[in-house]
Amino acid sequence: MEATIVSSCKIKNNAVWVNGIEMKVDKSSDPVLFLTDLYKHINLSYPKFFKMDSLCKLGVLAAELAIRNNSQFENYQKEKVAIIFSNHASSIETDRNHVKTIADKSQYFPSPAIFVYTLPNIVIGEIAIKHKLTGENAFFVTEKFDEKLMHTYVSLALQSNHTTAAICGWVNVDGNDFEAVVYCVEKTKFNQDKEGFNKLHHPEVIQQLYN
Amino acid sequence: MEELIENLKKQIIEQLNLAEVNLEDIDPAAPLFGGGLGLDSIDALELIVLLEKYYGIKIQDPKDAKNIFASIQSMADYISANKK
Repeated sequence: MEATIVSSCKIKNNAVWVNGIEMKVDKSSDPVLFLTDLYKHINLSYPKFFKMDSLCKLGVLAAELAIRNNSQFENYQKEKVAIIFSNHASSIETDRNHVKTIADKSQYFPSPAIFVYTLPNIVIGEIAIKHKLTGENAFFVTEKFDEKLMHTYVSLALQSNHTTAAICGWVNVDGNDFEAVVYCVEKTKFNQDKEGFNKLHHPEVIQQLYN
Repeated sequence: MEELIENLKKQIIEQLNLAEVNLEDIDPAAPLFGGGLGLDSIDALELIVLLEKYYGIKIQDPKDAKNIFASIQSMADYISANKK
């Protein structure tokens, strides 16, 4: 099954790369503030963003930039676009925040708005809602970024008639360590002569996007 | 009552993470749900927690919630009548 990676976004150490080219953004030292600054910088208008936990904010922003820079995205059948993500820390940062709300028995006020984000795959739901994507989805928690797993799973999904494109990647938040690599893959034969961002969907290429 | 309404506005903005909403944007008489604030079902739960956390009020009958959370004014009326 041959497929092509048609766009990508990497966010790491308060810097952003879109299709391999670094974006000029203010590099706030606080990663949470950086995400808010990036939201404003790219003129995203989506008030629900401010209710999300950091993992969702990071994933939504990285997916937004990968999608915006995929010229074919609007032509996809939205029910045939899969979202396949992975990370290492699951939803640990929000889990910690939830624990804080219930640690003091005399101030026991668990927050529903925090609790709903105590699963890592909620980021997939947020992206699916924002872009009206209703295809297959999966979220893997792995020791480290596993390009072979991602390649195998996405390739299998693309072999079915239910999936013609996929938003894939790694979205990880643990303390001040924020890292996202999101890329769009479509079921088209790789053509190395095609202009613009255009890479063969292959484990080595996926690893290069991550590095 | 005015002070209570202003406090409620601040608490709702903070508790519901309404980062792009200013105090003056909120009309105390306007519907909290289905209006410009874009509140959802999770926000409704958060408002229940807010009542208990800041005012020590537990809603005993869930059927009352619709009327209590109709607007900030109705919340303030309910708090004034039930605050411990």
